[in-house]
Amino acid sequence: MNLITVSGPPSSGKTSVILKTIEALTRRDLKVGVVKFDCLYTDDDVLYEKAGIPVKKGLSGAMCPDHYFISNVEEVTQWGKKEGFDLLISESAGLCNRCSPYIKEIKAVCVIDNLSGVNTPKKIGPMLKSADIVVITKGDIVSQAEREVFASRVNLVNPSAVIMNINGLTGQGSFELSTLLHDEKNAVDTIVGKELRFTMPSALCSYCLGETRIGESYQMGNVRKINLENRQ
Amino acid sequence: MIGRNQIADRHIGSLLEDYPFLSSFFKENGLDYQGRDDSTLNQIFEEYDEEEQEERAMDPELLMKQTAEFINQMLAFLNEDNEVHSLTILPGTDKSGEKEGFDSLVIRKSEVISIVGPTGSGKSRLLGDIEWVAQADTPTARNILINGDVPDSTWRFSTSKKLVAQLSQNMNFVMDLNVREFIELHAESRLVENPGEVIERIIIEANKLAGESFSEETPITSLSGGQSRALMIADTAILSRSPIILIDEIENAGIDRKRALDLLLSEEKIVLMATHDPILALMAHRRIVIKNGGITKVIETTEEERTILSTLEELDRTVLAYRTRLRAGEILIKG
Repeated sequence: MNLITVSGPPSSGKTSVILKTIEALTRRDLKVGVVKFDCLYTDDDVLYEKAGIPVKKGLSGAMCPDHYFISNVEEVTQWGKKEGFDLLISESAGLCNRCSPYIKEIKAVCVIDNLSGVNTPKKIGPMLKSADIVVITKGDIVSQAEREVFASRVNLVNPSAVIMNINGLTGQGSFELSTLLHDEKNAVDTIVGKELRFTMPSALCSYCLGETRIGESYQMGNVRKINLENRQ
Repeated sequence: MIGRNQIADRHIGSLLEDYPFLSSFFKENGLDYQGRDDSTLNQIFEEYDEEEQEERAMDPELLMKQTAEFINQMLAFLNEDNEVHSLTILPGTDKSGEKEGFDSLVIRKSEVISIVGPTGSGKSRLLGDIEWVAQADTPTARNILINGDVPDSTWRFSTSKKLVAQLSQNMNFVMDLNVREFIELHAESRLVENPGEVIERIIIEANKLAGESFSEETPITSLSGGQSRALMIADTAILSRSPIILIDEIENAGIDRKRALDLLLSEEKIVLMATHDPILALMAHRRIVIKNGGITKVIETTEEERTILSTLEELDRTVLAYRTRLRAGEILIKG
């Protein structure tokens, strides 16, 4: 089974892109499953079910979604294997720009949209910079010039990636993406022992453990203070 | 090809001298490179200890590798001869598996082809096939040739080398910039050598197309529909490197469509135009008829159709004239 991790800011079009891409994959008789990771709420699993795609969802609730994802990715891999999928797609929302969900040797796709602004690529960290494929959505509603500028900005922060434009509504471009995902050579039985491409954002402080009161005396552990001095 | 080892120990100053485009790369990647001409890339990276790397979410090894990749891409981009003289479509099958109704369709630069057919008939798949330079590996099994040959795969994957640029009725400007800043940004991303000149030309050409003129100081989001369209077309004609332009309808208001096509053709573009408008359909040299996911016919615009086109254009001018007069508050009279 191939495992593919798809990540991207909320509302960038991940689910639409995945749905359209799976359409093309199933036409090739590949069996595809999805695991949707989110934070508080998602009904995307219903969309997958409607399309007849086996799906599991995981809500991280009060935990950092990235940490939740990586702590569960082996379990879902085993679920996918048991179901006999050729391809398992994990979908997770990059809820902060420091998100870093990708695993070495596991194909990583970042979905980002044209409407997020030309300075966005610079602001997103490892989720964009270390992706193998960057999918840019919502190109049908901005001008050609803005599409070109946006793509070139993405290329500046990640020249290694294949950059593709996909229209999540019509599916234009999703067939093309589908040809880049499945590869027998990349099949995995387990991802135990594999490593993250980049460390996840960290925090271990009193607020992680349920503290609600404000003030220095309540702050313990990994705490950082804003720098309000003038920069030298 | 330049590898990471060839740049790791070079001074920033000499790197920037050889590859001036690196400054935007360093800037975008948050590297403190300014005033560090005498340091090497390695030295700069070494100054970030592990904590600092974590802080900046920076992976020096990856960044070094990507710097080399970026240099190679840009050098290829600047030197490449990407000229597309012709595009050939070889038939595949429609949704029912029937062979398409043509043998080979060769489209040359400065030619306009219109695409007609019901909504959902397969226009976007045709465009998708062209953009992906299909080699019988898409659902239609069509083949796309460039300059009569099987093209190399960089057309599929390169960011700076895209075969198709698109213009459609639903497209809007979303950036918070004025006209000049906007074109500047686009020119910068295309590594244009003489941006001032190019910007000037685009604004002049766009104003020739637009019914109402605008200045370089106008914010792009406050342009009217016609003005936006005019700027998009002029900008795409002059600044986009894509040799093929796909137009998805041009609304018949606030823009001189004939002139817009002429501008694209004078820039030696291949123009494909999906349309339901008879004037646009007949303006093309040939038209493709799409049904059920396949091309059923390729029709050359006939002499008779050209006379019909003149009649339609005449009607069009009459409608536009009435429109202008109504907007000016006049009362219409016959004749």
